[in-house]
Amino acid sequence: MKSSVSLDDGVMTVRLSGEIDHHTARLIREETDTLIQQKRPRELRLDFSSVSFMDSSGIGLIMGRYRLMGLYGGYLHVVNVPDALEKLMVLSGLGALDVIERRGEVCESA
Amino acid sequence: MKVLNEMDLTFESRSSNESFARSAVSAFIAQLDPTIGELNEIRTAVSEAVTNCIVHAYKNEIGRIAINVKLLPNSSVVIRIRDSGCGIENIKQAMEPLYTTAAGEERAGLGFAVMQSFSDSVNVRSKPQKGTTVTLKKTLSRRISNG
Repeated sequence: MKSSVSLDDGVMTVRLSGEIDHHTARLIREETDTLIQQKRPRELRLDFSSVSFMDSSGIGLIMGRYRLMGLYGGYLHVVNVPDALEKLMVLSGLGALDVIERRGEVCESA
Repeated sequence: MKVLNEMDLTFESRSSNESFARSAVSAFIAQLDPTIGELNEIRTAVSEAVTNCIVHAYKNEIGRIAINVKLLPNSSVVIRIRDSGCGIENIKQAMEPLYTTAAGEERAGLGFAVMQSFSDSVNVRSKPQKGTTVTLKKTLSRRISNG
């Protein structure tokens, strides 16, 4: 699991890659939260395009970042979800939080 | 029912083994020529079960997790994940979506819901202080070409 981060005008994009499970989620969480606390972005974009596997630990990761961003008055968007992960995202009820951005569509964040 | 092939795997309840466990099961099942989607569902269900053993069964200790996989005729797969950990007091409650006893670890409480959604059936047997056995069954859409 490797992730790369970019920050542009208050929008922080974390591009995750590899497999997200209980083991790797902890490392991603620590890394991401440190950055959120340092940079205080108004929008966090979690890019899943290079994620090859994810179990419900990934759902916990998304929900936790959703709460943290909300706490700082910011927004979370989950982008570029591969088809293979779609079923799990839907099953988790994440749809109700309105954080998943469909391909080719930009969510209103303000 | 006749067992066409079988494997056993035992490993320590370290989170670094989660990837190994689901990969090993998926590599064994690959001989049934599953679709990529089916393989992904099996990997996810196994990952949930193994994570439960690590996070809950052996909460403050390292124990052994045993996986048994049986390949049956008609491309049916039976995966048994067994631990000798703390056991589950109330299985019905543990299987409720969003129920978790590990909120501090940022668990979504979806482990059993995912197993149920990604397998044909999930059976849980548990005895407090003795351990838990989760049995996942799934029939794949394709048949073995030369069984």
